[in-house]
Amino acid sequence: MKYIAKKLGTLIITLLIVSFLSFLAFSVIPGDAAVSRLGTEATAEQTAALRKEMGLDKPVLVRYGTWLRSFAAGGMGESYSYSMPVREMLRDKLPITVALTLLSFGLILVISIPVGILAAQQEGKWLDSLIMTLNQIMMSVPGFFLGILITYIFGLLLKWFTPGAYVSVSDSFWGFLGYLIAPSIAIALPRCAMCVKMLRSSVVSQMKLDYVRTAYSRGNTGRRVMFRHVLKNALIPVLTFWGMTIADIIANSMIIEQVFTIPGMGSLLITSISNRDYPVVQGIIVLVAALVILINFIVDLLYSRIDPRIRLK
Amino acid sequence: MRTGKKNLNFILGMAITAFMLAFLLIGVFYTPYDPDAMDGAAKYAAPSLAHLFGCDHFGRDIFSRVMKGTGTTFFVAALSILLGGTAGVLTGAFTGYFGGWLDEILMRVNDAIVSFPSILLALVFISALGPGKYNVILALGIVFIPSFARITRSNFLSQKEMDYVKSARLMGDSHLRIMFIHILPNVLPSILSMAAIGFNNAVLAEAGMSYLGIGVQPPDASLGRMLSETQAYLMSAPWCAVFPGLAVILLALGFSFLSDGILGKGKAPGADA
Repeated sequence: MKYIAKKLGTLIITLLIVSFLSFLAFSVIPGDAAVSRLGTEATAEQTAALRKEMGLDKPVLVRYGTWLRSFAAGGMGESYSYSMPVREMLRDKLPITVALTLLSFGLILVISIPVGILAAQQEGKWLDSLIMTLNQIMMSVPGFFLGILITYIFGLLLKWFTPGAYVSVSDSFWGFLGYLIAPSIAIALPRCAMCVKMLRSSVVSQMKLDYVRTAYSRGNTGRRVMFRHVLKNALIPVLTFWGMTIADIIANSMIIEQVFTIPGMGSLLITSISNRDYPVVQGIIVLVAALVILINFIVDLLYSRIDPRIRLK
Repeated sequence: MRTGKKNLNFILGMAITAFMLAFLLIGVFYTPYDPDAMDGAAKYAAPSLAHLFGCDHFGRDIFSRVMKGTGTTFFVAALSILLGGTAGVLTGAFTGYFGGWLDEILMRVNDAIVSFPSILLALVFISALGPGKYNVILALGIVFIPSFARITRSNFLSQKEMDYVKSARLMGDSHLRIMFIHILPNVLPSILSMAAIGFNNAVLAEAGMSYLGIGVQPPDASLGRMLSETQAYLMSAPWCAVFPGLAVILLALGFSFLSDGILGKGKAPGADA
């Protein structure tokens, strides 16, 4: 219990820091929201009046306090360009991004675990070298370029899917899921490479330990040692990495959504950045931060469940 | 542990990086065509001897544009690493060496920032600063500070307990001299490896931001922007996408091999940062 409470404390502090930093970033810029909302035609009095109405004349800390209080109550402010509550704008977008993230993460697990174990078993042999070289290359491919390649090969040449023909969930659930497969592959492959690398090195370092020799000497088969003994220990460091990977997927889905014209949070974020619509940008950032922190929290809990030694530290 | 495998990574990384460097350095002084010149007759021209990589929708020579674009990407990545690296190493060195409450606070903030995806953080700064080459450098530079600070700090923490530091202290060397003349050279390999990983990330991040249209702005040629422009006519002229994409991959790949070569095999990027 004490462990969980301590973790929760760090969690809240992290969220506060990230939200304050992003708040600060938008506060120190020249040319504030009142100016951008009224345009260049407005008189100085009009700007000053609107600034007062929007509360922009108060010091940063006071404004952050106001924002924080409304955020705690579930409000996220109003979009400058659409005059619509940010909360409502995000409500439709969030499930799309979450679906894309989960699908990509599932793909990563399905691909990287078997390949990582295979590479570790074949350590130093040609198959291992091949996998590791392919890995290195995959890690340097920008996800959006992979997206373009997939669009060209599977969308335009083979016609397995129609690029740009996004299907919303309300129209057809399976159509929606089907359209998300191509983008999630584009997100998953570069990250698969990292996960394979991580899992391989973790398994390889476990294989050198005494308990593995003992297990062998007691007559266990190689397969049994791997799945009953080694894997359990080897997955512990990989778990943290998976947590980081999910955060990374969320961030990268923002770019991939543009490639496949998916109307998720990414598209909203990019338009809002171009329009300097700060409440929306702020809302998305804090939401993503909250998601990331929540995932880290879950990973920490799983961690202490799998490995009780962690709780004692 | 110096094994043959490790050197292979280093050699491969050096070769790819040297090739890309030569490619972009030549591009600074000479390109076969003016990268911005539009040739109406050569619209969507397929790769040929006259246009090695073909031409885009304005009839601009893609080979020349990729040369310039690679230069821009390299410039942005190198400067942002220099900026973030210097600030990060200095922060990490001082907090690691002296410790104290400032160290505690900075590392808490650091932990918070590191757990947040870096590309999103860069997007926040870009939306505050506005797009453009120098703003991208500043945004990426800031984003890289925590990872450099973290790795430098942990290295300084373990090094400052070593005997050679104590004896230098006994000889009356100042703290600054110990930090930068004695300790820094010993931790340089991990910092260099971090810089190579950072470079790989910076190249991918710059390409991503320019692809989204909020990174490098015209008239600066940019690989990411070329990729986003080409998407509309991917079917008729796929070469417009393939070559800028390849340039990004090779640039990033060279540094990814280098980082492995410096530190040794089997570590995932960011796993030890």
